[in-house]
Amino acid sequence: MVTKRTEHKWGMVVDLDRCTGCQACVVACQAENNIPINTKDYFQQRRAYEWIRIERYWEGEFPNVKARFIPILCQHCENAPCEPVCPVFATYHNDEGLNVQIYNRCIGTRYCSVNCPYSVRMFNYWQPNWPDRFRNQLNPDVTVRTRGIMEKCTFCVQRLRRGEVNVERRGLEPLTGERITGEKKLNYRQMKEGNYLPACVQSCPTNALQFSDQHDETGPVKERFDEANEQIETRHHGGHVDESHTRVYRLFEEVGTKPNVIYLKKVDSFPLEKA
Amino acid sequence: MQEGKPLSSKQINRELLLTILNSPKWFFTTISLLGMIVLFAMGAAGIMINQGFGVTGLNRPVMWGFFITNFVFWIGISHAGVMLSAILRLSKAEWRRPATRAAEILTVFSLMTAMTMPLIHTGRPWRTVYWIYTLPFVPYDYARGIWPNIRTPLVWDPSAVYTYLTSSILFVLVALIPDFAVLRDRTTGISHRIYGMLAMGWQGNPRQWKLQVIAGVLLSALILPVFVSVHSIVSWDFGMAVSVKSWHSTIFAPYFVVGAVHSGVSAVAFVLILLRYVYGWQNYIRHEHIDALARLLVVVATGWFYFLVMEIVFGFYGREADEIAVRNFQFMVTPWNIWMMIFVGVTYFLPVGIWLSRSARRNLWIMSLACISVNIGMWLERFLIIVPGLARKQLLTFDWYTYRPSPIEWIIVGGTFAMVTMLMLIVARVAPLIPLYDIKEGEILRTEIKIGRVTVPAVYRED
Repeated sequence: MVTKRTEHKWGMVVDLDRCTGCQACVVACQAENNIPINTKDYFQQRRAYEWIRIERYWEGEFPNVKARFIPILCQHCENAPCEPVCPVFATYHNDEGLNVQIYNRCIGTRYCSVNCPYSVRMFNYWQPNWPDRFRNQLNPDVTVRTRGIMEKCTFCVQRLRRGEVNVERRGLEPLTGERITGEKKLNYRQMKEGNYLPACVQSCPTNALQFSDQHDETGPVKERFDEANEQIETRHHGGHVDESHTRVYRLFEEVGTKPNVIYLKKVDSFPLEKA
Repeated sequence: MQEGKPLSSKQINRELLLTILNSPKWFFTTISLLGMIVLFAMGAAGIMINQGFGVTGLNRPVMWGFFITNFVFWIGISHAGVMLSAILRLSKAEWRRPATRAAEILTVFSLMTAMTMPLIHTGRPWRTVYWIYTLPFVPYDYARGIWPNIRTPLVWDPSAVYTYLTSSILFVLVALIPDFAVLRDRTTGISHRIYGMLAMGWQGNPRQWKLQVIAGVLLSALILPVFVSVHSIVSWDFGMAVSVKSWHSTIFAPYFVVGAVHSGVSAVAFVLILLRYVYGWQNYIRHEHIDALARLLVVVATGWFYFLVMEIVFGFYGREADEIAVRNFQFMVTPWNIWMMIFVGVTYFLPVGIWLSRSARRNLWIMSLACISVNIGMWLERFLIIVPGLARKQLLTFDWYTYRPSPIEWIIVGGTFAMVTMLMLIVARVAPLIPLYDIKEGEILRTEIKIGRVTVPAVYRED
């Protein structure tokens, strides 16, 4: 049975108020996506692979200082600057709002990384290498990349594909593939919130990362995206957005990339006294 | 009124063909030395391709470094050919005559060298066939529907450069036909046959001369738009990058074109001085020629300086924090601020200061110094645009980093300079680097006769 595909547009909301900077998402991503082991040298040479990374900023002057965290991952921009500059179409936008990278096409001009305002595209400077005992833990759903090509966050597209097959085609539970019986049985055959979560979202202990279809009425991200799109519309028509009354923002909105990841500002109960 | 004593056709033939018919003693030593440097650089490139890009100093914010700098530099040098041959031919500047051929051949070889840079700069060079038409016998994979992405400057770029390369080669070959015929008549055996083929049945009859002149003028006119477009498109590699704050600027196209002419003409002036010294062509490359090039360069350099200042002023005018961060990196962070000062000094103030004095323009040592300093400066210019722009790309200060080139990159960049020198010397062995017929034409045009008390030119050119 072939059902008609439902059109999706995936989106993520990052709530900075909830982020504690625990790096669980970074570890989960590393394990899920066959990311090579980052050695000390990789970090010192600024060549570490981190599809999602926690950036730490200090606010204030010592001793009156607070640490701030922001997880940065591929923003899956609508107007992605990386896409038009690739000479071989190795990166393009698919119809589900994902910015996808095709490793086999990539020749490694590195122009996409140069043109990415968020610096989330990782280049394989060396051939990725795992110790023998780690080889069995590689995720069979994810390509192991070779040297000389670009890689980046895919929103765990392998989970999406597996979920699609399980939910839309076979009516199974998307992540485990078990038959759903009794009360849990779903009355719909399409991917919805919770059916498909990227590894970082699944691992986040404080629910700082939330992920869903942007059009899904029951999902957690719809109202945030509606608000963010409204802001873009207002700005586009020359209006003014009062930023003190909204928590929603997009990273580097002025570059015009229209990311599919939106951030919620931190609500600081005890703000630093400004000197 | 030109300087120097009149030359006979016989003397011109003898002196200018000296390098081809008998090679000097130092020739093979120099060629093998340069060849060894080139091989060494090729070995370094081989290590890089074999091991991966980890051997370079590139990192996540600074994904482009020495190779792209070197690419833009050599593309810049190539602009001298058309500037001197086409523009000066169309504007009938008499002093261009000895400089044209050297400039055109420098154009061809610097373009070839420049194009090796992006090829080895890709992560998987064996796949570049999907990007550009690298080899004539390997076509795109059209049959499987694989096309390059024409929205990217990286596809406009090779299109423009290859157009320029093709037309420059054509330009050189058309201009060489009469000289090949001279060589055909003076050689025997296999070289006679090769020169015969290259001369394409040139007999020197009026119809052939007419066609050759028409072809030269037509090619000059047709190559001009290519000349402007090539470096504009190279600059769009940077100008189109919306995310790199200091690159995303509309001023880049004219800025790069003028800069290219600046470095290219300086390079040609240096090559001419070198040729004069090495081959003893004092009668052909005279002080007046170098003088004229220097006067042209004063104008070009000042035009370039205007764009440089404008680019910096626009950067500050916006007062955006991310743009200011790049400028801060360029002007305040050691060692970048030192390089910045050296760059502005050696590209504008030192050479233009030298060129303003007539006696300095006519001193070949000082002229060589000025021309080399311009080229060091122009190389630094590209470096100081590319690397600080990437090192301070956006305001994610957590990702800011700097760039340290590795020995492999130094060796490859050094190898490109050896390669251009070697190729120029090899060509000097097989074709005259000063056009014989052009010099002879100049000699005829400068003949003067005395009518009563006045001296007038014996020949007038029909326009």
